Amino acid sequence: MFKRAEGDARASVTIHVEGRAITAREGDTVSAALLASGLDVRRATAVSGAKRLPYCMMGVCFDCLVTIDGVGNRQGCLVPVAEGMQIEIQKGKREIGK
Amino acid sequence: MMKDYDVAVVGGGLLGSAIAWGLGRLGQRVAVLDEGDIAKRASRANFALVWVQSKGLGMPAYTGWTVRGSKAWPKLAEELKAQTGLDVVLQQNGGFHLTLGEAEYEQRTQLVARMHNQVGAADYQMEMMSATEVKKMLPLIGPEVSGGSFCPYDGHVNSLRTFRALHAGMKRFGVDYLPERAVSAITRDGDEFRLTTAQGEIRAAKVVLAAGNANETLAPMVGLSAPMGPTRGQIVVTERTMPFLPHPLTTIRQTDEGTVMIGDSKEDELDDRVQNHPINAVMSDRAQRTFPHLARLNVVRSWSGIRVMPKDGFPIYEQSQTHPGAFVACCHSGVTLAANHAFEIARMVKEGALEPELVGAFTAKRFENAAGVGGSGYY
Amino acid sequence: MSAAPKHDRYDVVVIGAGPAGLAATTMTADAGLSTLLLDENAGPGGQVWRAISSTPVKSEVLLGADYWSGAEIAKAARDSGAEIIHRATVWSLDRNLEIGVSVGGGSAFIKAKRVIIATGAQERPFPIPGWTLPGVMTAGAAQTMLKSSGLVPDCPTVLAGQGPLLWLLAAQILRLGGRIDRVLDTTPRANYIAALPHALAFLTSPYFGKGLAMMREVRAKVRVISGVTELAAAGDGKLESVTYVAGGKRETLPAELLLLHQGVVPNVNLAMAAGVEHRWNELQLCWTPVLDAFGNSSIPGIAIAGDGAGIGGAQAAVVRGRRAAGDAIKELRPQAEIIDLSAEMARAERGRAFLDVLFQPAKQFRMPQGDTIVCRCEEITAKDVLDSVAIGATGPNQLKAYRRTGMGPCQGRLCGLTVTELMAEARGKSPQEIGYYRLRAPVKPIMLSELASLPKDDEATKAVVRG
Repeated sequence: MFKRAEGDARASVTIHVEGRAITAREGDTVSAALLASGLDVRRATAVSGAKRLPYCMMGVCFDCLVTIDGVGNRQGCLVPVAEGMQIEIQKGKREIGK
Repeated sequence: MMKDYDVAVVGGGLLGSAIAWGLGRLGQRVAVLDEGDIAKRASRANFALVWVQSKGLGMPAYTGWTVRGSKAWPKLAEELKAQTGLDVVLQQNGGFHLTLGEAEYEQRTQLVARMHNQVGAADYQMEMMSATEVKKMLPLIGPEVSGGSFCPYDGHVNSLRTFRALHAGMKRFGVDYLPERAVSAITRDGDEFRLTTAQGEIRAAKVVLAAGNANETLAPMVGLSAPMGPTRGQIVVTERTMPFLPHPLTTIRQTDEGTVMIGDSKEDELDDRVQNHPINAVMSDRAQRTFPHLARLNVVRSWSGIRVMPKDGFPIYEQSQTHPGAFVACCHSGVTLAANHAFEIARMVKEGALEPELVGAFTAKRFENAAGVGGSGYY
Repeated sequence: MSAAPKHDRYDVVVIGAGPAGLAATTMTADAGLSTLLLDENAGPGGQVWRAISSTPVKSEVLLGADYWSGAEIAKAARDSGAEIIHRATVWSLDRNLEIGVSVGGGSAFIKAKRVIIATGAQERPFPIPGWTLPGVMTAGAAQTMLKSSGLVPDCPTVLAGQGPLLWLLAAQILRLGGRIDRVLDTTPRANYIAALPHALAFLTSPYFGKGLAMMREVRAKVRVISGVTELAAAGDGKLESVTYVAGGKRETLPAELLLLHQGVVPNVNLAMAAGVEHRWNELQLCWTPVLDAFGNSSIPGIAIAGDGAGIGGAQAAVVRGRRAAGDAIKELRPQAEIIDLSAEMARAERGRAFLDVLFQPAKQFRMPQGDTIVCRCEEITAKDVLDSVAIGATGPNQLKAYRRTGMGPCQGRLCGLTVTELMAEARGKSPQEIGYYRLRAPVKPIMLSELASLPKDDEATKAVVRG
């Protein structure tokens, strides 16, 4: 969907999406890294289970909700990536204990 | 505006809507006069419990009325579903009041004993349970939970969907719902009542005052009285989460949508636009001590609402002696008692007489020499 | 993780580190007022200067001079001595000027003598059929990714909508080697005539030359369809095609990415939750706060600057930020000398009326019909809204009771305007008469444990714990 423009000199950061390592860049938000990964990162809504991807990327729409390091329903577009971060794609309502 | 109605119901909240729906169901021509979008609406702010336990201390008749309402709820839910297709998700598999620490447990134990000892009250099998017993039914409770009381009649419902179902149902029964028509005056002219609103006059043979706390000012217009003592309640609600709570609690319930409602305070403050932050802190703290896994859930909103509350906490149902055909109905528990209002009160209004054996205890005459019967209708 | 505020009281708390907030912060801090700037993002700049201190797109020409003008203003704020906290979520503000802020998973209340809300704008909802499909995003979203991560579309991509941002984004994507298959311009043809009386001011404003150059740049590389009157996204679980009608002709394009934009509107949630009076703006078709010349709102001590005060763009935001700051300084440091900014303000606002009229979005793109989703969180359609009006919903708050619109995590940000306008039309009333959701704290979600950790007192305990 998206590619990285040339000349991006930022350091690489490895994060894990459903256990799979992907390379992001320092300063990417989780949502940007997921969209750049090429993986299927669509979440399922808590209401109908419909598939969604981020819509606004500025903290307004809550369609970027994602589980980060075991904590569910985080706004991925507001959280910068960090080395070793564990990402899970949400499937419906937030799970108990996440 | 000139139109003849059998009954004009003043107030389109859960209580007025239930009565109006019930009257429509009996073939009456009904108008519901309601306020607009920004009104103090307990129907939007409530906690949605269909609740029996600990109600009626000081007035056994209220216990009986509550149990009756609880038992009639399935019929209301079924009829609404059949009529409108809307499932109000009534769940009546028992509810808890949980206690944190020993002192609260002792206090609750005493309350349960007082309820049992009350002469003439219906037995609704409220019993104390130890933390171990509670944990078998609510596995996610935290270590600070010392136990609690359980009552098998308790339950909850989707109260917003009930509100919508009643309004959708009223429409199907041909009830005229007339919003943005606050009533400023009521007079009697021969056989009919004339209700003045900013958008014209409504005429009806009977009138039912179901305007919540505003009944206090409306009632004297037709020779009735409704002394009210409203309080404010604050509620916090979380995002949706997977189902974890099979029974509602007095202060925590999980809605069928998955959100967790955490309540509720009882305050003298009556401004519903502001929030009391320390109260939100206490409620949230108690909720996460009760169910530790809630700590990480996100709160999406909190609000306060003004409880409809007769001065002593018990309902008021009365027909005017000076203005026959004028009724007043108000109570705190518009959700719990919805079926009573839809079936019993509606029937009595249609027939023109309240039945003393069912609702005689709820006359406002009890306020004439004192502040009511004492005790509290509210848990 | 960012640190929590160092103090619990400040002279001035500024909320939002975009053009208005940065300019205000610099001025109050320079005047010696203890100033705290709280911002939700990882770095300064807001939306228009997003990632100004960290963007990987270093070449000046790629993002343009308007973007880089923010660098100096951001630096001035950094050097001003103000306390600046990023990744801070302000979730509560009330008439006592008490601010609830969440930083790093913990919350605190702080008090201010003056609050300057500079929370800016968000993109106007664009509720077309299929707008919830994965692959449909706002143009602003794409621009955020472009500025902060150097990401550009590389799949079949359609841009649709209207307004300066759409053209700017298109130019930037193309400059960075990204892919755009088509631009669909939804500007209603009638708007060109309606905007004519305002054209002279616009022609002599800085917008004119820049706008024209950008449109030329895009048109040279991408096919642009003007006069688009219908728009729909379709696909099974993700965007697969975009259908549009222009000049009576319907066409369907394969697409994996659809970027939508029809202007921006004030971010009202925090101000409304604080109780600031807003009115419906008939020109900008949104809620704008009732403010005096310095940005002071109906609540004493709370000022609003930047696009949150009504859309005016980045240059106007800077001036508005300074004006609000000047008023705070005047009150808290009466001996200080305040410069009159009215000439600058007039210059910055020049040409705005033309843009407001020209880019007033068409009704069919603001008021959807039938099965088109209105409330993305609760998945409520236009038909659901109208059905509720039919059984008695008079305004957005009764609608909530019937349908839960606005009760999801976004708290009405993406359905509120649509709901107000749909209900107004259905009831034959003005949006002002219909009103808006009553908003409440927390205006952004915070963890229950954060609320639980806040100060409690015996009175509160007594109000909650009852036998």
